[in-house]
Amino acid sequence: MLSIKLYIAQRLTAMLMAPLVLLHLGVMIYAIQGGLSSGEILGRTQGSFFWGLIYGLFVVALSIHAAIGLRVVIYEWLGVTGARLNWITTAIVILLLGLGSKAVYAVVMS
Amino acid sequence: MANKGKTIKVLLSRGDNSNSALKEYEVPAKESQTVLDVVTWIQRNLEPDLSYRFACRVGMCGSCAMTVNGKPRWTCRTHVSKVMDGDTITIEPLRNMPIIKDLACDLNEFFEKWTKAKGHFVPTKTRDDSVQIISPKEKSRREANAGIECINCGVCYASCDVVENDASYLGPAALNRAWTLVNDVRDGGRIERLKAVTGDGGCQSCHSQQGCTTYCPNTLNPTRSIAGLKKAAAIATLKGEM
Repeated sequence: MLSIKLYIAQRLTAMLMAPLVLLHLGVMIYAIQGGLSSGEILGRTQGSFFWGLIYGLFVVALSIHAAIGLRVVIYEWLGVTGARLNWITTAIVILLLGLGSKAVYAVVMS
Repeated sequence: MANKGKTIKVLLSRGDNSNSALKEYEVPAKESQTVLDVVTWIQRNLEPDLSYRFACRVGMCGSCAMTVNGKPRWTCRTHVSKVMDGDTITIEPLRNMPIIKDLACDLNEFFEKWTKAKGHFVPTKTRDDSVQIISPKEKSRREANAGIECINCGVCYASCDVVENDASYLGPAALNRAWTLVNDVRDGGRIERLKAVTGDGGCQSCHSQQGCTTYCPNTLNPTRSIAGLKKAAAIATLKGEM
């Protein structure tokens, strides 16, 4: 059960994630030049508003996008519908938001 | 004459929803023989109670679609020589529809979904108005023309994995029809139709796997029509029109 509003939300978050994924891949390639160390990564991200914003946006977009995708799979494969499907979708959003926020907090704020 | 005395092995589905099985037949091979010719030969010579549908025999009516060697096809325009699997041909009813008997499916739900998708023209003029001039070059008319030659055969519906997994999904044929009407400038039901095709099982459920486009015997592209509906519906939603 995918409403047109959820469909739009999934497309908009995909549009947001596309450049963020490219940026993320680019930074990964840049970051491993000359070896990979947690010190180097944290040196770039800790206290950085820019990286906090980028990865914060990434986490929000991904949580919404992935939850809607999984919602469709759960509906089509397991036949879950109605309020139960809404609850499961919401739980996936909260789980991904929680895990992602924790990671962003760890590399930016700690 | 090269086929004189030769036969082909035919595995034909007999029975209904609760009990169907493949039964083997030997059918004389003929030149330019179609799958429908084979089914008709079996019905006339071996199994008078064999149930199947056909009408025009020339690819216009959309009645004779069946699953041939695992693929949905219009049988009147499918030559046996082109779809033989070794010396065998397997003929079954269309997928995703209840079987009434043998090769005849129940198409009620298929056509009910056309109604659900508001696949009917909503006139905006009366007989007193002059005839509207529409250039065939207009973008909207070209979009409508691209999908207008659908013969309602159900091949796309049978080939669609979303239909298989989601009973509420309207299916490629109904959505393709809706898209032709959305592009008809004379039609007055655009927003109501967009609402109808974005409810449960609407166009947004399509995974763009393109089974419909692969198997459409009239080489239409329902996936493209559905993509058009998704875009039109998303824009209308964002504009607050629906």
